[in-house]
Amino acid sequence: MKVALTLRINGEARDVIAPVHKTLLEVLREDLGLTGTKHGCELGECGTCTVLVDGTPVLSCLTLPVEVQDREITTIEGLARGGELHPLQVAFTELGAAQCGYCTPGMLLAAKALLDRNPAPAREDVSAWLAGNLCRCTGYLKILEAVELAAARARGDAPQPTGDGGPPAARVPQRSGGAS
Amino acid sequence: MLRLPPFTYLAPRTLEQAVGQIGEAGPEGMLVAGGTDLYPNMKRRQFEPKVLVGLRGIRDLGRISGTPAQGLAIGACATLAQVASHPAVAEGYRALALAAGAVSTPPLRNMGTLGGNLCLDTRCNYYNQTYHWRKSIGFCMKKDGDICLVAPGSPRCWALSSTDAAPAAIALGARVRLVGAGGERVVSAADLYRDDGMRYLSKAPDEILVDVILPPADGWRSTYWKLRRRGSFDFPILGVAVALRSGPGGVIEDARIVLGAVASRPVVATRAAGLVMGQRLTADLIGRVAQAASEPAKPLDNADLTIGYRKRMARVYVERALRELAGLPYDGAPGGAR
Repeated sequence: MKVALTLRINGEARDVIAPVHKTLLEVLREDLGLTGTKHGCELGECGTCTVLVDGTPVLSCLTLPVEVQDREITTIEGLARGGELHPLQVAFTELGAAQCGYCTPGMLLAAKALLDRNPAPAREDVSAWLAGNLCRCTGYLKILEAVELAAARARGDAPQPTGDGGPPAARVPQRSGGAS
Repeated sequence: MLRLPPFTYLAPRTLEQAVGQIGEAGPEGMLVAGGTDLYPNMKRRQFEPKVLVGLRGIRDLGRISGTPAQGLAIGACATLAQVASHPAVAEGYRALALAAGAVSTPPLRNMGTLGGNLCLDTRCNYYNQTYHWRKSIGFCMKKDGDICLVAPGSPRCWALSSTDAAPAAIALGARVRLVGAGGERVVSAADLYRDDGMRYLSKAPDEILVDVILPPADGWRSTYWKLRRRGSFDFPILGVAVALRSGPGGVIEDARIVLGAVASRPVVATRAAGLVMGQRLTADLIGRVAQAASEPAKPLDNADLTIGYRKRMARVYVERALRELAGLPYDGAPGGAR
């Protein structure tokens, strides 16, 4: 059973015709070329496929596109605005909160949803909120620190990144085409 | 890659439509709400329904109404995150708030529903595996095979009831409303379950669990403790729900103790609960009650961690839960934390 769907993704309406049993994760990656959303356990046990639906983190590997029509879907491609990285992305880069990077899209989106709800989360709040996103590299500490740094900057409680001599963090790299 | 098998998806807008559609689909049809239990099972080919009837578009099923003083009705499609954070649930039915908040992970709780968790498929190390894994070991009777791989001489399936919400709902005296083509019936949450790993629900496949009805919370206090390897993700390998109603002077007038994940259905520890009736909770009494409550727990080697440890922890967790409600010092933390 194929269905014609209009999905609202990162502020754009995207038309797609796909079998109804394809998951949102599969449609994002295979039909829409949005390969930033990563493909992990496929069973709801790792969190790397996390996207936001109406601002709430959900697992795209267990979501059918037909179930989220008319909702606002945010993927990692929608986090940077106008060529500028999201403050969470800047903080993650500065603090080395990404190593292999595979969990990072899910972490960033989950963290964004947290900071949208709670601009001053305690360490326990960040840790509890990100408890659905596995990272096998960092030991989590740098991730927690990066979320806290981004939150502190948004509140004006920490200095903004200088952008001089730091890592090439504050610009969106040019897309070179091809899937990753 | 694990992909879903093909199906037709129906999205009814009303309960009446849904009842008609699931009835028409017959044995080929299944109901789905959040999908967090069903879709992984479908990816592993434990289920291959030809028709899915999605319940999430039925507006009334997501509603939470009432007050702790009058009693609460929670629509089956309320998400676990909504149940865990709802002020009336937290105030009057704390065991249920703790249990809902201990299921899996934050993003999963944004999708999974209370009704879905109550109807959660039973679990077993030999069953919750991919098709190829199960094929390589010769399949089990719950799916595609004919023997139980945990107890090969057994005529029955021993898969575990792994719902966090059910022990809490039973301890709180909840009832569930089921609607099917033949009309509507209300059964106690305890009677929703059968002691069989395969046919684990008394609900007919074409009946829809519509809502969970909680009685007035007057005088009841409750808690839920969950044992698992990690503080997140994992299904329970033990759940302990305790609800107590105290009278003047702290005398216990009514008590319910329910164990999860120790059998194919939630286990109501009736004898242990009887020991506290008419008594005041002391450390000594709590020790004896915990011992009695743990006796019906007979874990098999089909879940995480060892049988002996899981059996011992039944006593320990009942003791901690009772000490918490009695205001005595305790180790660990209620809910799913570690």
